[in-house]
Order: sequence, then structure tokens, then C-alpha cells
Amino acid sequence: MSGDQRESDPRDLALRVEALEALLQEKGFLDSTQVDAIVRHYEEDVGPLNGAKVVARAWTDPAYKTRLLADGTAAIAELGFGGPQGEYMVVLENTPTVHNVIVCTLCSCYPWPVLGLPPTWYKSPAYRSRIVREPRTVLREMGLELRPEVEVRVWDSSSEVRYFVLPERPAGTERLSEEELRQLVTRDAMIGVGAVRAGEASRG
Amino acid sequence: MNGIHDMGGMHGFGWVEPEPGEPVFHARWEARVFGISLLAGLRMGGNIDERRHGLERLDPVTYLRHGYYGRWLARLEENLEECGVLRPGELGARLRGGQTAAAPLPALPPPSRSARHPFLRSVERPPAFRVGDRVKTRNHQPAGHTRLAGYTRTRRGVVVRVHPACVFPDTNAHGRGEEPQPVYAVRFEGSELWGESAEPKSCVYFDCFEHYLELDREA
Repeated sequence: MSGDQRESDPRDLALRVEALEALLQEKGFLDSTQVDAIVRHYEEDVGPLNGAKVVARAWTDPAYKTRLLADGTAAIAELGFGGPQGEYMVVLENTPTVHNVIVCTLCSCYPWPVLGLPPTWYKSPAYRSRIVREPRTVLREMGLELRPEVEVRVWDSSSEVRYFVLPERPAGTERLSEEELRQLVTRDAMIGVGAVRAGEASRG
Repeated sequence: MNGIHDMGGMHGFGWVEPEPGEPVFHARWEARVFGISLLAGLRMGGNIDERRHGLERLDPVTYLRHGYYGRWLARLEENLEECGVLRPGELGARLRGGQTAAAPLPALPPPSRSARHPFLRSVERPPAFRVGDRVKTRNHQPAGHTRLAGYTRTRRGVVVRVHPACVFPDTNAHGRGEEPQPVYAVRFEGSELWGESAEPKSCVYFDCFEHYLELDREA
């Protein structure tokens, strides 16, 4: 299909995909119930809650954190997570002086097993083009003001290595349980475009 | 290839626009394209590097017009036609209301039963570079697939991490073998990449296949 034949109305896209799936099913190329199962898996089973479990465990279990930073893939597998786009994982620890943030400028690589499928903004040309050039500005626009003394490291996922961020544990959470800490950890903090705040319970 | 996909550092794409409470898929067609693409990848064979290059080969307008899943759809149709699963014009005829029976499937490669890791490989040769080495990226601009982004070409940096040997996308995307080699996380200072417009205390860590690097002899 060449570009000039593309439909422009979203309704046309829906019809196009419906016709394509029907054709492929008639040919015996695929079974639509298998498509259903894949979609359900990524809608229901995989998401940032997985990453939040990893982060909360690292915050409450120093030995786990050591293992996580030494071999991310193995430590994440301890909690039962792994699979496509998470076959080789490296975890980046944020500190008071270093802030890490991830991107994939060449496509939209993202650690699916721990964060789920990426949000639209992560895949957008605006984020992919700008975060490497002007990270402080982009982070500020997204609500994260970095202090001048903090170094910002942008990790461009150009190989099959998948990175994700271990955010700083916020002050005032010393008495919270691992379960309660999980509720604080946001997807954005694990990408590195947000910070975890005590008392925040949204999953943005 | 020097294509629209190579976006790092480009100007003019506007603001990053987060969407509170965003669903995993915005429309049913996106979800179906995602699921069909994963299944089709298994049925048609091929590797992830070929599939990434499939996105890069789309014309720039198609690449951008309908976003991420729009380009996945365009690639899926291209791949299905290349493998003979879809006949040219077959989907168009169906959309115009044609009741022609679906054309039969061609012979497809048997499902891969490789027990190997999808991309990690062991190699005999030790890595050419070590943590702390000052390196420079080559002026590497093949017409085909590469994972050296334009903004990191001919730049000086420092090796900060040595990853295990991985399949080399530049050859693997074109049926020229896996050429496994070490991958290095290289730190590039903002000023090295962006000159005077760099932000203070900012840097990029970029994964470089060994082929992309040489020792920086001027450092």
C-alpha cells in the first residue's frame, strides 16, 4: 500500500483494519481469538503496577535493590516479570544529584514487562526529538523542575537493552509498608519525567 | 538510513502533550493492529531488526500521518504483501464491497524453534573497549538500517558500561547475518551534541554497537 492510498478518516481506519482482520481470518492466517488474548494481556495483565512492585521492593529490601542494580533482568524476574521488550533490563537509580530519564529517539522502545505499552506522548515526535536536546525544558513543561546542581542523564534506548528508572523514595514515607509504597509509584517516575511524591496515589 | 524516524534533536514538532488517564489503546483498530502485528510476526518469520526497518522504509507522510499504530498498520500491510499473504489490491477490493473469496495462503516459513536468546550471543573475542575509554563514533550512514542515530555521529564520548554481545541490527535487518558484537553505553556531554544550545549539566547515554566506535586518539 503506498502513502497516497491511505485513508484519512479514523472511521476509515477502523473499517480498513476490520476488513484486514476478516481477510486474514478467512485465509486461515490468524485466529481472532488469539488477537483477543494478546490485546487482553496488554490491557489487563501488564502495566506500570508491575514496575511499581519492583520499585517498592527495592525501597524496602536493600539486598533486593543491590541485586536489581547489578542484574536488572534477574531481579525483575524474581517478581515474575519478563518477556518481550524486557529480555535484558538495566535499572537506573535516581539520586539527589543524578536524574535519569529514558527515551527511544529512533522508534519507541520501552520496557513493556514492567511499564506496559508506552503512552502516546512517549511515542510522539515531540518527545523523541526534544528530550535529548533540551531535557530540563521538557521535564519542566511536564511538571518536574530539576535543581541546577542535579545532572540530567537521558538514556536513548538505541540497542535491545531496556532501561527503566528507580526513582528516589520520597521523604516522609519511612512508616509506609511495601504495599502502600507501591501505590505512590507512578509510571512517569519510572520513565523519569516525574518524581514520586508522598501522599500521591494516582498512577499517571 | 537518514529517514524521518531518526528524530533525536530535530526542531519543529511542538509540545509534548501528556493525556491524563490515557487508555492502553485509544480505539479498537489500534488494539487489533497491535495484536495482529505480533501474531503476523510469528507467522511470517523475520526478525525485529527487519521489522524496525519496515517502519523506517515507510514514506515520511505515512510514517507521521496516523501516529504509532498507523505506521504499524502500514508496515503490516507492506509485510503481508511482500510475503504474498495479501495479493496486491486484495484489501482494497474488499473495502469497496467486493465479495471475492480470500486468495489462498502461500507457503510460509515453519515456525522458528530456536532456543537461543532473541539477541544476546556469546563471542570469543574480548570487547575492544573498556569502561572509561574515550571513543568517537564513526561517520556511519548506511542507506539501510542502523541504530546509530544521526545526532550521535562523529561525536566524542566516554564508555560507561559494556553490555554483552548482541546481534548487529545493521546486518541482521538485511539478511546479512547476525555479526554479534559488544554494545557500549557511551556518555556524550550535551555540549558535544548540541554546541552552544546545550542545556547545563545535561548529557545523553547512547548504546553503541562496537562497529560504530573507534578510539578517540585526540583525547
